[in-house]
Amino acid sequence: MADTQYSWPSRDDAKLLGKSITRVDSLAKSTGAAKYAYDINFPKMLIARGLGSPHAHCRIKSIDTSAAEKTPGVVHVHVLDLAKPGSEVQWQGELLAIVAGESEGAAAEGVSKIKVEYEMLDVFVTDSDLAAATEAGRTSKGGGKVQTEREPGDDDDEEEFLTKEFDRLFKESKYVVEGTYGVDAITHCCLEPHGATVRWDGKSLLAYLSTQNVSGTDEGFANDLKIAADDVEVRCDYIGGGFGSKFAPDYWGVAAAKIAQATGRPVKLMLDRDQELKIAGSRPSGYIKVKLGADKDGVVQVWDSEHWTSGGATGGGISHGVIPYVFAPKNYRRNAINVKTNLGPARAWRAPNHPQACAITQTAYDDLARQMGADSYDVFLKNLGTDDKPGVGGAKPSVYAAEMEIAAKLMDWKAKWHPHGKGQAKGSLVEGLGMAIHTWGGGANDSNCLLKIYPDGGVESFCGTQDIGVGTRTVCMIVLAETLGLPVEAVKANIGSSKYPVSGPSGGSTTVGGVSESHRRAAQDALAKLFELAGKKLEADPAALEAVGGRIRVKGDPKRSLSWKETCTLIGMRPLEVTASFKRGTPSPLSNQTVGGVQMAHVTVDKETGVIKMNKFVAVQDIGLVVNRKSAASQVYGAVIMGIAYSLFEQRITDPKSGAFLNAELRDYKLARIGDIGEIVVEFYEPDSERQRGVIGLGEPPVISPGAAISNAVCNALGVRVPVLPITPQRVLTALQKTGRA
Amino acid sequence: MKSFEYAAPRSETEALEVLSAEPGRTEILAGGTDLIGLLKKMVLTPDRVVNIMGIPSLRQIERLPDGGVSIGAAVTLDELLDSRILDDYPAIEQAIRGISSMQLQCQGTLGGEICQRPQCWFFRDGHGLLARAGTAVEAGDNRFHAIFGNQGAAKFVSSSRIAPALVAIGAFARMFGPVGQGETFVPIDQLFRVPRHEGQRETMLAPNQLLTHFVLPPGTGRFSATYEVRQGAGPEFPLAAAAASLALEGGVIRDARIVLGQVAPIPWQSPEAAALVVGRSMSVELADAAGDAAVASATPLSQNGYKVQLAKVAVKRALLMAAGLPTGGF
Amino acid sequence: MTDSWKCSDAAANFSRRDFLRGSSAVAAAASLTAAAVQADAQQASGVAIVSGATGISLDVNGKTHTVSVEPRTTLLDVLRYQLDLTGAKPVSGDGSSGAATVMVDGKPLCASTLLAVACVGRKIQTVESLGGAKPDAVCLAFAEHDATQCGFCTPGFVVAVRAFLDKHPQATEAEIRSGLNGNLCRCGTYANVIQAAIAVVKGGK
Repeated sequence: MADTQYSWPSRDDAKLLGKSITRVDSLAKSTGAAKYAYDINFPKMLIARGLGSPHAHCRIKSIDTSAAEKTPGVVHVHVLDLAKPGSEVQWQGELLAIVAGESEGAAAEGVSKIKVEYEMLDVFVTDSDLAAATEAGRTSKGGGKVQTEREPGDDDDEEEFLTKEFDRLFKESKYVVEGTYGVDAITHCCLEPHGATVRWDGKSLLAYLSTQNVSGTDEGFANDLKIAADDVEVRCDYIGGGFGSKFAPDYWGVAAAKIAQATGRPVKLMLDRDQELKIAGSRPSGYIKVKLGADKDGVVQVWDSEHWTSGGATGGGISHGVIPYVFAPKNYRRNAINVKTNLGPARAWRAPNHPQACAITQTAYDDLARQMGADSYDVFLKNLGTDDKPGVGGAKPSVYAAEMEIAAKLMDWKAKWHPHGKGQAKGSLVEGLGMAIHTWGGGANDSNCLLKIYPDGGVESFCGTQDIGVGTRTVCMIVLAETLGLPVEAVKANIGSSKYPVSGPSGGSTTVGGVSESHRRAAQDALAKLFELAGKKLEADPAALEAVGGRIRVKGDPKRSLSWKETCTLIGMRPLEVTASFKRGTPSPLSNQTVGGVQMAHVTVDKETGVIKMNKFVAVQDIGLVVNRKSAASQVYGAVIMGIAYSLFEQRITDPKSGAFLNAELRDYKLARIGDIGEIVVEFYEPDSERQRGVIGLGEPPVISPGAAISNAVCNALGVRVPVLPITPQRVLTALQKTGRA
Repeated sequence: MKSFEYAAPRSETEALEVLSAEPGRTEILAGGTDLIGLLKKMVLTPDRVVNIMGIPSLRQIERLPDGGVSIGAAVTLDELLDSRILDDYPAIEQAIRGISSMQLQCQGTLGGEICQRPQCWFFRDGHGLLARAGTAVEAGDNRFHAIFGNQGAAKFVSSSRIAPALVAIGAFARMFGPVGQGETFVPIDQLFRVPRHEGQRETMLAPNQLLTHFVLPPGTGRFSATYEVRQGAGPEFPLAAAAASLALEGGVIRDARIVLGQVAPIPWQSPEAAALVVGRSMSVELADAAGDAAVASATPLSQNGYKVQLAKVAVKRALLMAAGLPTGGF
Repeated sequence: MTDSWKCSDAAANFSRRDFLRGSSAVAAAASLTAAAVQADAQQASGVAIVSGATGISLDVNGKTHTVSVEPRTTLLDVLRYQLDLTGAKPVSGDGSSGAATVMVDGKPLCASTLLAVACVGRKIQTVESLGGAKPDAVCLAFAEHDATQCGFCTPGFVVAVRAFLDKHPQATEAEIRSGLNGNLCRCGTYANVIQAAIAVVKGGK
């Protein structure tokens, strides 16, 4: 509504907003009642499994599905475009054909009977080796940027000026740090693989898709199937992880629909675990050569780096725009080289670019502290700059400084600190501290909401959004209930269907902001209408009414009130329907963007074996206004744990000769287990200055800093940098042996 | 999985009836924690699967007259832990606890754990036990492969976590069959062999022969321990491991057996390390020297040199633990 | 074959009768041993070979179900496709994740690595048996302590925690942290799973 002032209640007035509310769907999950795309069963449903290319780079010469078709229980074999003779396969695992059968066993057996002839092509997967990549012709420019405080004169040759200028800057530096750092590629590894269970009803397609983009994937199906988007309904009530990899139906989802069409039967097509890791998304690797120069105070004045990065077979990689990460030295030169490999393509992985950029650059800042013999905390603090002369992008220096102080207290940093490598060893065990800082955008996404208020008092909303783990339904309910003065249980939020009002995909940490916008607006608008009705009944000015504790009442005169139910009977015979729309980027008091965060790690390293254990991890995070404190905290815990995984355990291991993804099963693809996490402390930074900014996205920011924080802690423990993540025992021993400290 | 027949014999004799002499035609199913995964990946494609969990004699734990123990091959690992029979054999208990997964412990059996197929990712991806006569391992990523006994085609490591403990303790294996053969007892280390061609497996069990029991000598006077170098808290396999069994008298080592795990195609005994410690009292220096002795003959591949250090530390710490001394590390 | 094996003294002293007689330490085992002797002494009576599709009875959540399976059909497939008990989840196929954890005769096992035919005569309980009108304390604690995010690992975790606490009702936090490593979570709910388990211990259920 045009002149409505949309706003949040104050911290004191808020009844539900910012409190810890149990998710409405937690019990469905913990009792096994929640149904995911993988769980949907239709009568006469076929089970479909894919044949993936065993080779990383090859051309298809021929494909013979006759034996597969004759396999008992196999109903249909669908050959994909990639399997057409002459097609080039560019990474292992890419699907060539799909077999649909009466059972898992039949489908799998059918897959094993497909005969394919391959012509082998050259393979390159060693993205960490720039020289080898260059020699193999697999590199391309990834862009770069130079910025110097001083500018060349009008007559100066720019190249010459830069060379001289960087020379000068380094010569004038009190401290010069040179190093190489890196982070290996990983995958999304959603526990629920990609896939769909689909059924045709006449010419309408119902697709239960494991997706983080309910409102956008109906078009994906429609385009590829050449039908109208209106004839597609995508449903996703629960999704078993997305992390940025599930925005589209993917060709296998479309194939499931085609098979269902051809056979006249519903089809479930889900990727196998190894396929999931090989083809359904990865996070680019990055390796960097850095030279930085700092003044006597440890403030970095010049940064010079080149990084090489691989997003797999389809190119791309870590953008140079985030190098160095958050810190913004006045003079920098940064260059990126993209490396193309025969590995599964990258997809957006939680906070794309940021975790790697943080891990390969804030480690260099920590090495500056190490060289200075200084406390990393002090060096990081100095490099923040001040709010009027910021040395960082992202959040304000004063915000980072405040968060650092909180984190340091929670970690007991000052008491635990010792210079790098100078801690007291206990036998072969040494411990150390490390920290990192991060930023993220997280502005609210597009979101439309239909709110219905029934004459009997019922309240429900419809929104084509999804819950990838943030607790979307409950967020919607909290916002509605807060606005309408009702308990959370009195409202219902419907999500997960592309037939509901369009809402943006869950990417970029935009969902909570988006649905908060649409639901708050709808509820405030609905309330205004109810106030009109109640005002008449109460003979009061609608502007003088408030909704509190299940009643509509006159402010300052609570005896003049109607119950919620009484108010709703005034609606009439049909429900009150209100739609609200929020468009991304609209300035609004309800939401905002740009957050900061600070994280600290305390680890113990066994110098004889290189094994690392987490002692304690502290995460301080600002997100503007916290909606559901319980699920928000969980997001941070979860992100930190994902961070521990990619810092210590997780990596894609590929065979240098064959290009095979060697550890594509969970036996070898290591994630963190419950015994690996140590103590984790989460704190939201929410002074009034932050809270009044409104809702800002949280899903991604806390996953950014763990890599650098943990690497810095390991370096502090050992006095030696283990340069590449994950920091495996092997890498620790190598680093110790290199410096003779084994 | 490829289609197969299923049989659930109720006695050892019945089991022999349904096992085939032809390699690969029948597979023995115990807990299934290893076999089922291999069937799904079609690394194994038997025509018949024989479930031995219904054979009562294979499910028993018995104290023997000489003070030793007989453990049926189909006893689950959690049953073993609960029975307290392992109080005298800490090396075995520690190896089982190292597996770290309640489900694997409740579902997995002692026989199954000992006979599990190697974790080698070339093998599990269908390139054969020897991974194309060892060439795939040599040329490829061999970081988790063998540093001993790897001069032939076999470069995988024996993945059993309990086998080193059983070898160190001097256990025996009882086998039954083939038909007409009756029972055989072998010292457990002779159960394992390094295969030389694709037709051979890592144990010398014939396809129609049943591993029925493990027999442990009395534990009195012996002190044992297993130390595993594990990257994380989960059930993923150790990077290196060692089991040590010491006969101690007045603090002096009278006899020692030291066996390394996860480093060779078979549990790898180190008589060199054992010889070094016999007649002496354990100390950090001695344990360290024994570790060095154990790895002196290591022949690492292109990417697994780091395992030499880990194997050395595993030996050192297993010895210290067996002697009741702190390891100084995790 | 036996000639080539040199048995040490221990084995030589070890006769088959000794072996079978055992000691009185494990009384139940003795009777089983006797039965084994009996069975072996008889003529082998012929083992039933199951081939192709076959009907079997499974005891799931207290009810008997008759289902048609092949020998290669896993228990997980039966639960999910034939009984529509989709709580147990397929994640890795080889049991690494624990997402398919169910209770069989009171013990937590991975349904993804169990053959359905091998589960005949055993008591199977899935996560669904912990739900219903009066959900189990573990289910409630998971909800209360927000131990779910995407929720795909949750059913396996709930069954594992239930089994673990059944066996260790007084478990300490340290024991909880070391007792549940058979279950993987990608979203990172571990911190809250620990709190949920502690709450159940405190609540005495």
